Amino acid sequence: MSHSVELDGIGMSFGSTRAVSDVSFTVGAGEFFSILGPSGCGKTTILRMIAGFLEPTEGRVLIGGRDMRGLGPNQRPTAMIFQSLALFPLMPVWENIAFGLEARGMGKAERRKRADDLLRLIALEGYGDRMPGELSGGQRQRVAIARALAVEPDVLLLDEPLSALDLKLRQHMRAELRSLQKRTGVTFIYITHDQSEALAMSDRVAVMSAGLLQQVATPRQLYDNPATPFVASFVGETNAIKGRVSAIGDGVARVDTALGPLHGRADGTLAIGQAATLYVRPEALVPGVGANTLRARVSRMDFEGAFALVHGQFSDGAALTAAVPSTRLADAPAPGTDASFFFAPEHAVVLADA
Amino acid sequence: MRDLYARFGGGLATIFLSLVLIWLAAMVLAPNLMMIDYALRPNLPPAQIGSEADTWSLDNFLYLANEGVHRAIFFKTVWASALVAALTLVVCYPIAFWMAQRATPGQLSIALMLVIIPFFINEVLRTLAWFIILAYRGPLNAVLQGIGLIDAPIRWQGDGGVLAGMVYAYILFMLLPIYNAIESLDRSQLEAARDLGSPTWRTHWRVVIPHAKAGIATGCVFTFMLAAGSYVAPALLGSPGSRWFTEIIYNWFFEGGDWNRGAAYALTLLVLCLAVVLVTLRLFRVNLTDVAK
Repeated sequence: MSHSVELDGIGMSFGSTRAVSDVSFTVGAGEFFSILGPSGCGKTTILRMIAGFLEPTEGRVLIGGRDMRGLGPNQRPTAMIFQSLALFPLMPVWENIAFGLEARGMGKAERRKRADDLLRLIALEGYGDRMPGELSGGQRQRVAIARALAVEPDVLLLDEPLSALDLKLRQHMRAELRSLQKRTGVTFIYITHDQSEALAMSDRVAVMSAGLLQQVATPRQLYDNPATPFVASFVGETNAIKGRVSAIGDGVARVDTALGPLHGRADGTLAIGQAATLYVRPEALVPGVGANTLRARVSRMDFEGAFALVHGQFSDGAALTAAVPSTRLADAPAPGTDASFFFAPEHAVVLADA
Repeated sequence: MRDLYARFGGGLATIFLSLVLIWLAAMVLAPNLMMIDYALRPNLPPAQIGSEADTWSLDNFLYLANEGVHRAIFFKTVWASALVAALTLVVCYPIAFWMAQRATPGQLSIALMLVIIPFFINEVLRTLAWFIILAYRGPLNAVLQGIGLIDAPIRWQGDGGVLAGMVYAYILFMLLPIYNAIESLDRSQLEAARDLGSPTWRTHWRVVIPHAKAGIATGCVFTFMLAAGSYVAPALLGSPGSRWFTEIIYNWFFEGGDWNRGAAYALTLLVLCLAVVLVTLRLFRVNLTDVAK
């Protein structure tokens, strides 16, 4: 069983500090949904409002269509995985996992059986009698997940649970979380400041900044069609070129910049004469001359394996980053030279400056 | 030890160590050895000290074992001290938990001030304050009569008075170790327990108390030892019916003039208290090094 989660215009103030303002979105039942944003953007506050540790000062939280106001964390069909994991260090692993069942008055033999079932699910069979301190970071991580799943929540809330792990383990755990979510069908709401984590795991992502919701979209849409300048620069690497809109037609806008006129996709809200920025991804830049050409002085090239990152400077001092696939390395300009790059208008997006 | 030498160099570290050893030898070991010697010898007039009659025997200990009243007071002192420790724990645990996990920094400093300031005053004076509060014609009876809770004044002095005075006197020794222990508990563990549906009492029983076990044991050991060795509270707040074993030891030394029997009594109290403490620690599976922290 899983449930949808609906946030209806929720806001939160701590005294005179505004942590979250007017956030609304709906997470579908069984969805893997991430909330992405830099630290202090209000994402943890939102998670704690869904969990019931905080009551929103305005708006409503609905889970499965039911208003959650006045219900404590122990009365909601949610379970939370804390950033610190918050395993009980003095209880063996199986008692940790079965703690929620113990609180519900389940008998010891049955608890142990359920704990062993869950240990099998997280591939830690036979670890039930160890203490949490004897496990590795990734194993503790999985125990925390099993402990939360033991109470059969409709919604699992995860507060940056991978942030303490090293890179390799983090990538492994991403895949594991994803497959666990698919197997259990539980709705996951996942908080992170790591955009690659959010893009890799989620069905949809909500991007937050300074307490405001910026965009809710699939990872692909978020990357290709950022709705705000914040999303364009926060999600993935990008080159931002400032200018002024001089023509709009057929969904394409022309922006007059210090580097000359450039073309990119535009949405309906853009107006001629508006100050705007053209965003183009490093991998959309191709060495050579074409319709939209940028000239820059190449300062450095970082070979990253699958591709090489070419760093340069435009004539106005702004930075350029282009990603050249390793297979095309012969085309890459040498550091110290002036080079041209071009991009197709459909690979760039024009957004009005905030 | 090696750290000490590494940090202060050979000369200074040797001086520190010898100071500690001299202190232990002169202030702890020597008096206790003298006590044992005293306890094993009979009480003799000065002329006979060192004579044939002055030999070691267990007579002084046997006297305590055969003297019914003293024996009863001895065991009463031990269990009443345990009761003091238990009551102090009941009073302090909620306060310590509130201070460590719930109080804002402002509330915490006020609370700490409120519990520490009374300890700026001498223990005798603090106990004397209770003596006045609990007096037969004192303020407590006056207030209780005033609000109509009792018809006639109650004689508080006796077991009740001693208990109240001691719990009050030793609050700090219980509160601070428990506060320290609970303070180090990660708050998200409390939230996790709550999130998993645990009622408050179970969260305390399964998460907070196991975490604070060493602190609780430390507080109980302190309080028990202090209560068993207390003299002021029973002397001021007690009655003839609530005599404490320390009062009897005092009497042998300073009124009976029998230092040998007094030493035997004191030694018996010391040994039994140590035994109670060690057994308690074993039961709670806490070692002495945890307590020392």
